[in-house]
Parts: sequence; C-alpha cells; structure tokens
Amino acid sequence: MYRRSDELGPEMSNRLALRIAIFGSVALALFAVLFFRLWFLQVLNGEKYVAEANNNRTREFRVSAPRGEILDRNGRILVSNRTSLALQVNPRKLPANPRQRRAELERLAELIHSSLPRVRRTIREEQKVAAGAPVTLRRDVGNYLVYYLQENQNRFPGVSVERVFVRRYPHGTLAAHILGNEGEISEEQLKEPAYRGLEPGDKIGQDGIEYTYDRYLRGSPGIKRVQVNALGQPTRNGQLSSRAPVPGDNLKLSIDTRVQEAGEAALAARGLPGGFVTMDVRSGELLGLGSFPTFDPAELTPPLTQAQVNELYRDPVLAPLTDRAISGLYPTGSTFKLITALAALESGTITPGTSIFDGGSLTVGGESFQNAGGAAYGSLTLAPALQVSSDVFFYTLGLDMWDTGDLQHWAHKLGIGRPSGLDLPGAAEGLLPTQKWRNDLYKAGETERPWSAGDNIQLATGQGDLQSNPLQMAIAYATVANGGTVVTPHVGLQVDDAAGRVLREFDPKPRRQVRFKAESAEVILAGLHAAAQAPGGTSYAVFGGFPVDVAGKTGTAQRVGHADQSWYVVLAPYPNPRIVTAVTIEEGGFGAESAAPAALQILEAYFGKHSSGESGPNGGSPG
Amino acid sequence: MMYATRTRRARPEPFALRPGIAERLGLPYMDPALGLAALGLVAFGVFTLGQATQHDVPGSPGYFVDRQAIYAILGLVGMYLLARIDYSRFRELRVGIYTFLCVSVSLVFVFGFAARGSRRAFDLPFFSFQPSELGKLLLVLALAGFVIDGARRGSARQRTVRYLCLGLAPAALVFLQPDLGTALVYVAITLAVMYVGGVRWTHFAVIGAALVALVAIVLVIAPAVGAPVLKEYQQQRLTSFANPSGDPSDAGYQQNQAKIAIGHGGTTGQGDRATQTRLDFVPERHTDFIFAVIGERYGFLGAAFVLSLYALLVWRALRIVTLSKNSYGTLVAGGIAAMLLFQVFVNVGMNLGIMPITGIPLPLLSYGGSSVLATLLAVGVLQSIHMQARLSQKGRFAW
Repeated sequence: MYRRSDELGPEMSNRLALRIAIFGSVALALFAVLFFRLWFLQVLNGEKYVAEANNNRTREFRVSAPRGEILDRNGRILVSNRTSLALQVNPRKLPANPRQRRAELERLAELIHSSLPRVRRTIREEQKVAAGAPVTLRRDVGNYLVYYLQENQNRFPGVSVERVFVRRYPHGTLAAHILGNEGEISEEQLKEPAYRGLEPGDKIGQDGIEYTYDRYLRGSPGIKRVQVNALGQPTRNGQLSSRAPVPGDNLKLSIDTRVQEAGEAALAARGLPGGFVTMDVRSGELLGLGSFPTFDPAELTPPLTQAQVNELYRDPVLAPLTDRAISGLYPTGSTFKLITALAALESGTITPGTSIFDGGSLTVGGESFQNAGGAAYGSLTLAPALQVSSDVFFYTLGLDMWDTGDLQHWAHKLGIGRPSGLDLPGAAEGLLPTQKWRNDLYKAGETERPWSAGDNIQLATGQGDLQSNPLQMAIAYATVANGGTVVTPHVGLQVDDAAGRVLREFDPKPRRQVRFKAESAEVILAGLHAAAQAPGGTSYAVFGGFPVDVAGKTGTAQRVGHADQSWYVVLAPYPNPRIVTAVTIEEGGFGAESAAPAALQILEAYFGKHSSGESGPNGGSPG
Repeated sequence: MMYATRTRRARPEPFALRPGIAERLGLPYMDPALGLAALGLVAFGVFTLGQATQHDVPGSPGYFVDRQAIYAILGLVGMYLLARIDYSRFRELRVGIYTFLCVSVSLVFVFGFAARGSRRAFDLPFFSFQPSELGKLLLVLALAGFVIDGARRGSARQRTVRYLCLGLAPAALVFLQPDLGTALVYVAITLAVMYVGGVRWTHFAVIGAALVALVAIVLVIAPAVGAPVLKEYQQQRLTSFANPSGDPSDAGYQQNQAKIAIGHGGTTGQGDRATQTRLDFVPERHTDFIFAVIGERYGFLGAAFVLSLYALLVWRALRIVTLSKNSYGTLVAGGIAAMLLFQVFVNVGMNLGIMPITGIPLPLLSYGGSSVLATLLAVGVLQSIHMQARLSQKGRFAW
C-alpha cells in the first residue's frame, strides 16, 4: 500500500511492509481518536463549555448602597455617611492548606500592626455572627495599604480593600439611643422574611431607629458583573453589566435638636443615670428622648476593641446602651398623683370640692403612712393637695379605692404597665400592681401576703410595686392634657427620597380614647400649675420665674437599696399644653432638686425663653 | 489519496528538465507535501503565538513571537541544508552522535539553568538551548545506525537488549533532569526504531509486560512503600487526568481549563473574543497548551486543520519509510515518524483531556526554540531521505 508502481524503492521484505502497515494503521487510529474527541468537545458539547467558560470568566460583585440619612424635624443631619477603605478578609478564599493559611494571616497581621491570635479571633467571632461574609479587619486604612495589596495580590488571596459606606454622626453622641446602629446581618436575621434578598455581609439597622425604619433606610445593593482572569482580578475594560445601587431613602425624625441637646445636657450636668422624654401632647411626636450615660454610636461600628465592648455592654450599673427613658423600670413617686386624682374624680370617690384632712399621717391597720418631711397641711381639696403634694390626701384616696380597682382601671387606661406603640425597640411595659396580680402571686406562694389597702395607698403616691418610666408618664399626662387621646409616641416623621420628595409620612393613629369630665382635667391641671408656679408649690422654686405658664408635678420615689429617685413631669404651656416633658434622675433626691431643674432646661430650650432669677436649683420642697 | 494523485501529475519529470534554478536547488527531489505541511505548521504556530501572547510581556508584545520566528527561520535554513546532505553519513557518525547526545544532556546538570525546579537548558548569550530537544533527532540517527550495524552480531535476544540499553541510557539521563515528557519521547523513539528494525514480536511482548509492571511500580507500589520514583507533581499530573477537579492548585485543574477553552471555541472559534486562553485560565498556554489556544480562537475548523497538517506530516514520513534507498533511511524515517506521532498524540490528547499531563511540547507549534529547531531539522532529514531515494532512482547523487 505504500509503494507505487513508478517508484523503485529498496527491496522491502514482506515482513517490513507488514510492520509499516501496522504502524500506519496505528497512526490512523490515533488521529481518528483525536479528531473524534475534538469534534465531541467542540461541536457536540460546545454549548456546555461555552456556559462553563462564561461562568469561569465572570464574577458578580455586590456594590453596597449608602443608607439613607437621618434628619431631625428641622432638617438638620443627625446621621449621614462617609466612605471608608476597609481591609476585608474573605475566609472562604483563604488558602485551604493550614500552613499557607497561617502564613498568610501572619503576614496580614504584621501589615495591620496586629497579632495572629487577634486576627484569628476577629475572624472566628465574625464568622459566628455571619458565616461566609467577608470579615472587616480594619477600617479607614490608608492608601499605601491599598497599593501594597494590589502589588502583592498573589501573596494575599482572599484579602481585599473595599470602599464601604460608614455611618457618620456629626453631632457625636447626640440622640445615640434613638439612632441605634447599623451592622452586618446575622445568620438568624437572614432567615427572617423582612430581610429576604439580603446576603451575608450586607448591613442592616440593628438597633434604634436604624432598626425600625430599616426598610426605608437600607436601599438596595447594586450588582456589578465583571470579566475576571484566572486569579479573579477584574480585567481591563472588563465591565459586562451592572445595576447601580439604589441609595436608601432619608428619614426625618420628630426630634428637635435644640430640645434633644438641652435634655442630654441637663442629664449630663447632673452626672447621674436618668432619662427624659419631651413629646407633643396631641400627635405623640417625640421632640426629645434621651438617657444618661450615653455612648458614641460610631464606636459600635466593628471592629471594636475589647475595652470598648466592655464599656458598652458589660457594665451593669451604668449600662450606657440602656435607654432609661423607655426601658427604665422605676416607681414614679408623686408624679403618679395625677392618675390617682383622675381616678378619684371619675370614680366619684371625691369631687373637686371634697375636703380631706391632712394631719401629717394616715394609719391603716396599725401601719402609719406619713407625709414626706413630716409636714401637715390641714384640710385640703384636690387642687391644693396637688400644689403642696400632700401624701396623706392621696393616701386617703388610695385607701378609699383599695378594693374597687378604680385606680388600676384609670392607670391602665392612661397607659401605665402596658405597651405604648413606640417605634423604637427595647421599650419596657413596666408593671401596674393590681389586686388580682398580688393575690395570684400569693396563691402561687411567691409573696408573703395578699393584696391589702397598704398596696393601694402606696400606688396612689407612685410607690410600692409600681414600675414605669418617663415615656409612660409623659403619655399619661398628655392624655389628661389633650382631653383623653392616648397618643402613639413616635420618632419617625417622614421618609423623603434623595431628591427631597416626601414618600411617606408617619402619623400613627392614637392608641385609644379615654373619656373623662373636662372639669376633672381642668382641676388637676390647675393644681399642677399652682404646684409649679404658685408660691408654696412644690416646684415653685424652680419654675416660679419661668415666663411661660406650665403645669408640673414633682416626684420623689423611694427605691430599695438606692437613694431617692428624682422625677418631674411638666405640661406647657398652661392651660392649653402643647408639650409634655418627663424627667427622671436615679438617686437625684427630691423631684425639685434635680429632675425639675433639668425639665426647666428643656422647656427653656423649647420656648427659647429663660427663667428669671427668682427660682433656682437650690430650692426644693418634698414631692 | 487525492493529494497523491495530484502530486504525481504535478511533479516535474527530473529526466526531462533542463537544469534550472529549481533543479539546482534540489527542489524537484524533495517532498513538497512534507515541506508545505511543516512550513504551514510553523507559520500557523508563529501566528497563533503572536495573537495569544501579545499582552503577556508588558511593553513587548512581540517578546515570544520574535524569538519563535528567529528559531523558525534558523530551523528552515537548517532543514534545507540537511535535505541537501546525504543522511547516510550520519550512520558512520553514529558513535560520535551518540556520545555528543549523552554528553550534552549530561552537561545540563553542570551548566544548565534551572527553570521551575528542573535543569534542562543551557543559557547561552542571547538565547537558551535545550539539548534534550535536539537529542530526539540525534537518538534516532544514532540508534538507527547501531541497529543496522549490529544486525548481524549476537543473538536476537542480545540485540534487543543492546538496543534497549542504548536507547534507555539517554532517556534515563533526561528523566533525571527531570524531564519526564522528553524521556518518554526517547523511549517511544527507541521502541519505534527497534520495531521498524525487525525486533521480534515476542520481545516486544516481554517489553510490554515489563512496561506495565514498571508503571504499576512507579505509580502505585513505590509511593505506597514510601520510595517514590516520581516527584509529587509528576505523579499528580500523570494520574489527575482521570479525575479532574476544580482546585486551581490541582494538576487536574489545568486540564479541565484546557478542555473548557477548547469546548468554548465551538465550531468556528471565538477569535479575539476568546477568554479562557486570553485571561490566564489556561496555564502554559504558549507552550504545552497552545492547542487549547488554537481550539478556542479558531474552533473546530482551525483545530481540525492543524490536526490534518500533522496527519499529513506523519503520513509523508511513513511514505518516506517505504521509499528510502537503504535500510538506514527506513529506520531513521520510522524513528522520526514515531517521534512526531507520539508527541502530537500525547500533547493534543493532553489538551483534549484524554492523556495525562507530561510536559511534551506540540512539535512546531509550542513556544520553544530548541523544539522548533529540532523538529525542523528532523523534517530536513526526512527530506534528505526522500531526495536520496529520488536521486538514486535517477542514478545521480547529490553533490
């Protein structure tokens, strides 16, 4: 087969010819195999490999969206964003080989002036929260690090510097408890329907207003599809398609920065733990809401140092993260007398003209309940009793209503011991002691005695088992002041898009209506007005010189194991109040001693008017 | 056989020709199909290399292609010169050639520079040279001479053992460089020359059995008892084609990527839209995996065309085996044919995912001056055999 008739080669033996023939056949077979395989890969399975090749060369990057800004009611910026270069490690892209992995992390630790154990611990802890998400090792890294990593990318697989948005707080700690913080979504949160579509590493509001209004503030991340080479590095001009990130919408709060600043400054000036609320009595819009001690929300952006974590989370006494205005659990002292008064009037226990003799003490079943400071005010009607804060007067009302349930009925209606509907997480319900509550406890053997008159006498003056907080007191006062509307307190006011168009306004419906005689409210407010601004009133020394008419009540609550807790709740202007302010200061002494001056500071800021010299923080009669 | 028919008609009758310029250059006595196939492959190789590597060395788009082109031109000149020499002289020089072969591949141990952990090449001024590439041709020339020379000496068994030892000695040296792929080519050449030289079938059966046992020992038993013959990466490469994986540090990854690239080419190829071989997904794309570049850029049509040129090359080589005027030419042509066939099949098969990764370059296409030069010289030797056959038919001899 290899020879042609016209060619004269050497005489080839048949044996050789056979061997060459076999050689040729093998060659033919081998080429046939190659051709067939080539045809199989390229023609028969071409589609499959085209898909694999595309999968090979494209990567999707999520481009995080900036969160919306948070503004106060006058448009002042409370929270905005800044960009920051963050050094991130993607644990899934680190070398699988433990030795190489360790070596890389060692290099990395050296690069950021940290140590291997610290880097490892950070990665481990972050992975516990959100497995698979890139771990931020350091924020605000310099450009030199960016260049260094770019040049040495092959030595640092899985390490990248990303431009991220970080929350910026131009007013520092202002309104920290309201604002809350953002943080990476946790594994549990990823499963919640509210966060559908998010991925590990995405950030959401974790607390405060950032949490409640997260769906407006969050925005939606963009997707960038780029062509990459085998090292996963984007190639030049390799952008394939992209969806731009949509920034979050801006949220306007009802907070008035002036009021907020005044309230926080007032608390800080006293240097004691406490909280304050300032609320519009008709709409429930919160103009100010604060707690002391406070914290810097910027510090909550990980990575935290251990010292910061300890300061923020571990101190049980100062507990700076706790918002005492909404989650405090305190007896309210005499500020509760407004509720007792309304209950007594509306249940027919007394009329505005009913006189009760205050001899300095009330003895019930062998137990003597005395006025604070040993005072005795003689025969009193309701308004003067509020003015001087006669305990015996209200002890008597408590005694009269001890098994009727009227006091609890009205306290419950005004919102004591029940949820308020506030648009912030972490609010406490508190506790309103009732006959049934104590008797049930007694039957269960958890307390040594059943409900007695003494319990109700205590409650009538805001003592005993009562647990409430400034927010609930503000709501109760507002309800009396506005004619019976139990407002829903809220901080969120409206959502604007980036162009300033209003997308949504928040005007939550009142929780309920409470019906009472207009005369009852008038008498009570008159008594509170006298208490604040008539000579002999409990807080006259504080509010006597304030140019705006107000109605305010002091409170001095006794807490076991603590010095007296100072309270003040004030409605202004009198007689048609627009706002209510409630202040409490732990271990602050008499109401007029610390809480009332703090409330005065807030009202001064709100009205822009200052108190004339007559009053001062030095005065103070027992509340 | 269509081509053969056409050549027959087209070939000028040497007897009738007046000595023209073509006659004086010896062109009518050469095999034009063989020459064109080699030329086509070299040209296509340089062209593909130019396209595939223009961004590889920043600021120097022609880094690879320029070097390859220089070697190709040197190789083509060398091919022509060899074609005009009577190859039979190499038979007389067999001992010298063989000695040169063994010394040159050994010298690498002393003077060679290391690339990726193995010493294979000399670093001469301006270029490097890899003696084991030229050694393939030298082994063919020397071994064929020994076979002819020893045909009458010793028993059949002794001869077989002698040939085997002569062939496997340089193979062992190359293996120690370490260069497993080239060593395997030496083994293939040795067996092919022995085969064409008439070694008995029974001997081949024994050699075959020994090979199977050797493979079993090298790949399975030796590593199991803790005395590995192969380096870890060699072992991995040899076995991973059976179970490719997605781990880039894995040898199977390379092969998988090459397969994806070739499949991505489809019927007509991706041209400049090629991604896999352009974006570093396919490693060693200018050397061992150049066929994947061709497959992705030019598709089935381009890759099949290249394979056809190789088929033509091997076919013409086998034809020259039968044409040779003497047995030495037959053996040399057989050895060269086997050398080409083995390298093409193993390399293309590796690209297509049906052969293990052994680091054998694709003749005339892979980047590597020594390889291109050696292959073109081998083609020159084939041309020489063809020319001598033609001239002997005519009763004339080359100058």
